Amino acid sequence: MKNLIDIKDLSIKEIDELIEVAKDIMQEPEKYSEKCKHKKLATLFFEPSTRTRLSFEAAMMELGGNVLGFSEASSSSTAKGESVSDTIKVVGGYSDIIAMRHPKEGAPLVASFRSDVPIINAGDGGHNHPTQTLTDLLTISCEKGRLDNLTIGLCGDLKFGRTVHSLITAMSRYKNIKFVLISPDELKIPEYVKEEILDKNKIEYIETNDLEEHMDKLDILYMTRVQKERFFNEEDYLRLKDYYILNKNKLKNAKEDLVIMHPLPRVNEISTEVDDDKRACYFKQAKYGKYIRMALILKLLEIK
Amino acid sequence: MNIDSIRNGIVIDHIQAKKGLEIFDALKLGELDCSVAIITNARSQKMGRKDIIKIDKNIDLDLDILGYLDPNITINIIKDDKRVKKFHVELPKEIVNIIKCKNPRCITSVEQELKHVFVLTDKEKKIYRCKYCETIKED
Repeated sequence: MKNLIDIKDLSIKEIDELIEVAKDIMQEPEKYSEKCKHKKLATLFFEPSTRTRLSFEAAMMELGGNVLGFSEASSSSTAKGESVSDTIKVVGGYSDIIAMRHPKEGAPLVASFRSDVPIINAGDGGHNHPTQTLTDLLTISCEKGRLDNLTIGLCGDLKFGRTVHSLITAMSRYKNIKFVLISPDELKIPEYVKEEILDKNKIEYIETNDLEEHMDKLDILYMTRVQKERFFNEEDYLRLKDYYILNKNKLKNAKEDLVIMHPLPRVNEISTEVDDDKRACYFKQAKYGKYIRMALILKLLEIK
Repeated sequence: MNIDSIRNGIVIDHIQAKKGLEIFDALKLGELDCSVAIITNARSQKMGRKDIIKIDKNIDLDLDILGYLDPNITINIIKDDKRVKKFHVELPKEIVNIIKCKNPRCITSVEQELKHVFVLTDKEKKIYRCKYCETIKED
């Protein structure tokens, strides 16, 4: 594996290895503190995403490496009209590995064709965000102790939410996974996801617009934000944005060991009163993101 | 209606009726310096109606374009009045610069020098997706 562009680039075995390394880092961080000494990570963020960029940078720093890069296109040569391929060729000369976020879908794939150093897709428009999916998998593995035999509720924007589509893709490869897909009718999971992933892999799923209906069956509840930028019509956004608000009352029938996840940032979809519930794992999830990115950097740089 | 048979050349047969002109254009057959005949709406036992293209010269055909536009056609190669080869085309696994990705968020919308590549992801349903953004090709 030279690059990580799409979660489908990774086999189950490779994902398991990354999770194992991430867990080892969590246990003995000092063992890894100089693994990337004299190595440089370039974070090329053609659109801003503070938390993902900081997570990558913190990951490299904790491995003893250095970071360089930019956090928006206006401060890069793209503003002068340079192509992705040219930017990557130049930056590859200054760094050992590149994490790239770009508003255009497929830009990291183009970069990987031209790059001499490994490319990590840190999000390309509404398309892929494989390190978020790895973060989700590590969270589930740590919090539940397994990645199979789970009933996973996905709630919110299931139509445009790329994290949801990638998570379904990744989890569909494990045994005995069931999904409860909770969304308003306007934001239901696209047909192609049902046909090409769920039906193809014979995955059991239920579609509902009631958040509480199947709460008692869930092992994982993955909440998502309704993203304003996906709507052409302000009215639709306002009508749907607060469709689901998870609060303590809605959790009354939930399992004691439910794991509540959210890719963050949240707006109103999880009430702050849930933050103190021991089942709320979304802030931990963000922290797991750093560890899995550390494991990924080590793997792509072939450092044992 | 009769069209003279060809001595050396290619007969593209079993084209879906009324699709001959599209194939003629896609293969740029109008730019050749030899005779090319398009027979449209010919009777066919197998298909009811069909189109046929006869090219009075052996040229290199782009089989990817042919396979993409009509995977049911038959190609006959004629040499010295005899058919020396007959074969069918298949849906190509990848098509390059035949169709353009229409997704405004795709990287191909801003980087003009990139090839437009579509990959066959479902043979049965003839689904092609953009290699970069995975958007399904629209008909």
